[in-house]
Amino acid sequence: MERTDTYERHHLKATELRLGLPGTDEPQKQSPATASIKSNKRALPESAKDCSSNNNSCASDVKDGDCACAPSSKAQVVGWPPVRSYRKNCFQQKKNEPDVSGMYIKVSMDGAPYLRKIDLKVYKSYPELLTALENMFRFTIGEYSEKEGYNGSEYVPTYEDKDSDWMLVGDVPWDMFTSSCKRLRIMKGSEARGLGCV
Amino acid sequence: MSEDEEKPSVDLADRNVRIGGAPGSGGEFQSPFPDQVLENVLENVLIFLTSRQDRNSVSLVCKSWYRAESMTRRELFIGNCYAVSPRRAIERFRRIRSLVLKGKPRFADFNLMPPDWGAHFAPWVTATAAAYPWLEKIYLKRMSITDIDLALLAQSFPNFKELVLVCCDGFGTSGLAVLASKCRHLRVLDLIEDEVADDEVDWISCFPENETRLESLIFDCVDCAINFELLEKLVARSPFLKKLRLNRLVSIGQLYHLMIRAPQLTHLGTGSFSHTDIVAQTDQEPDIASAFSACKSLVCLSGFREIIADYIPAIYPVCANLTSLNFSYANITAEQLKSVICHCHKLQTFWVLDSVHDEGLEAVAATCKDLRELRVFPVDAREDSEGPVSEVGLLAISEGCRKLQSILYFCQRMTNNAVIAMSRNCPDLVVFRLCIMGRHRPDHVTGEPMDEGFGAIVKNCKKLTRLAISGLLSDRAFWYIGHFGKLIRTLSVAFAGNSDMGLKYVLEGCPKLQKLEIRDSPFGDSALRSGLHHYYNMRFLWMSSCRLSRQGCQEIAWRLPRLVVEIMRGHTRDREEDEMDDSVEILYMYRSLDGPRDDAPTFVSIL
Repeated sequence: MERTDTYERHHLKATELRLGLPGTDEPQKQSPATASIKSNKRALPESAKDCSSNNNSCASDVKDGDCACAPSSKAQVVGWPPVRSYRKNCFQQKKNEPDVSGMYIKVSMDGAPYLRKIDLKVYKSYPELLTALENMFRFTIGEYSEKEGYNGSEYVPTYEDKDSDWMLVGDVPWDMFTSSCKRLRIMKGSEARGLGCV
Repeated sequence: MSEDEEKPSVDLADRNVRIGGAPGSGGEFQSPFPDQVLENVLENVLIFLTSRQDRNSVSLVCKSWYRAESMTRRELFIGNCYAVSPRRAIERFRRIRSLVLKGKPRFADFNLMPPDWGAHFAPWVTATAAAYPWLEKIYLKRMSITDIDLALLAQSFPNFKELVLVCCDGFGTSGLAVLASKCRHLRVLDLIEDEVADDEVDWISCFPENETRLESLIFDCVDCAINFELLEKLVARSPFLKKLRLNRLVSIGQLYHLMIRAPQLTHLGTGSFSHTDIVAQTDQEPDIASAFSACKSLVCLSGFREIIADYIPAIYPVCANLTSLNFSYANITAEQLKSVICHCHKLQTFWVLDSVHDEGLEAVAATCKDLRELRVFPVDAREDSEGPVSEVGLLAISEGCRKLQSILYFCQRMTNNAVIAMSRNCPDLVVFRLCIMGRHRPDHVTGEPMDEGFGAIVKNCKKLTRLAISGLLSDRAFWYIGHFGKLIRTLSVAFAGNSDMGLKYVLEGCPKLQKLEIRDSPFGDSALRSGLHHYYNMRFLWMSSCRLSRQGCQEIAWRLPRLVVEIMRGHTRDREEDEMDDSVEILYMYRSLDGPRDDAPTFVSIL
């Protein structure tokens, strides 16, 4: 593709004054050559409602060398990027969740013929989780105490953490638990000696 | 197509028999003139001509051929519903069985056009209900349809077989209910990317009780709860069902039950591919993998609206046969994709999210040697977000998928070199749509505009008919397009160009240009004037947030009386500014045989 020098000088130089992004919070990760492009962008009407300019919007007017008023940061232009709203909305809420696919973990119970799976995300606290487990497997767990664990229970809930150690459910704060829990095992109380049961 | 099944219509057969017979012997009056004979022969031949472009040519030969063609055309295609009035269409074509209507321009999808602009189906359904009682198929794209329209459709066409609605709105589940209950011969009900209102009507329950003739039921865009048991029963009594696309409210357990009832499916949309709520007490883990194994004919897979990665292996059994896979709602990682894609040797169409990163695309390139169409959508569709895919992925695809014909690629950064490489590696490209999401982004390695990349595409891809450009672009890019893009029919431009010359290059250089959509680019009245020789050959021109004045647009309207020139405000602007301002925010113009429409809302001025 041939490019004459004059063309390049004239047009490329003209484009040099063109824009980077319309003001963002994060520092631009651009090569030095583009660093000078950041300024002088004329704002689009949608993204700069407070701009005093009444002119018909246009991405750039480099011949005048106009300096745009700075558009509000993070202001998104209408209809850009060209993704249908249905698609955009699908992922808006999911973005905020650390684990998009749900936090499903296996739950085994001593003596039960097969395992179950539950989504830890659904529960907000230990009592909720334990109640759900009680319902699922039809047993009862006693009360938890820091000193004595699940004293007097026929069954004791335990979990395997990231270090592959088996821990008693309830010792650590809920959020720490959900982020470190890999699977659950409901142990028979008789086996649970040493985990804080009498 | 119904043409294969039907014989030439009864009228024509009778005509042939009665040639030379006494007039008034029943049926149509027959003249024994040789012209008539020729016309009848022609009609019998033209039955077999299906291409509308060929038919248009045939109709231009002479009056006799025009008549014969108009009597034998079965499918009526109207690319712009305002280009012709319903009355004119039905006066010319008397025996239509299939109607295709397109309404709003594509930029309406991105909220650039105020709502209630038009493209109403109502006048069309009213006219065709009277004129084409034997209508069997309707395909609508970007039209506004009401429940009343659907009800009229359902009761007016006793032989109605296929309804396909793409990107339409204005109707709800109550309209669907009427369709389901009244269209007894319904074979195809495809709802694709429509906005469907939830009227809380259980439309699935409205299908007739006996065996249906359903071949295709696509409702993945209908975000309304359905009665699953009734859906299951419907699938069970639809032995011809080949295509089923469920909405995201169908859980994976429910999917399992449907799949085992319909192992003959060729196209499946899986719904959520997740549990919709806490695992029920009675549900065991569904053996979803075995359900997939049983579907030996599956070639097209989509859905995965809320995918749980653990279930991905369930689809392995069908991967080897898949020709189409749509993961564009599945937020999966590169690793998760790799486990699937390595089996998909026959894949021709692949839609995916950029969550798979360049690495995921490299895996696609390594396996999918037959790939024809690729679409990479952004998880985070904002300008300044992290870009998980880049020129690396594009380059890999170009090197691995040499047969590529169509690409849509969203990214945050790109280089000319990668685009140039693609232009060389993929000479079969027909559609090239690159969206660099940050406006005016240059080549992120060299800092130069993206002119050379797009220039290479138009130069090297000699079959290119559709192009969408983005990134930092000067008039040079447009010069390339005008100079090399001789087959381009659709061009999409945003935030590009330096001056009027850009648009001039394109309007003067691209003889096949049909659809031109431009936003936020510095093109003014002078540029607009340079297309006067071509506008009658185009379906439409859209220009928003450019540099047009009312005066400039008015001039076009005067010079081209058969062009409808609509100008309007975007919905972000105030009314008070209207009167003061000579600038035009949105210009939408198109040719029309019937002059300006009479259903234009107040925010539209027709010059």
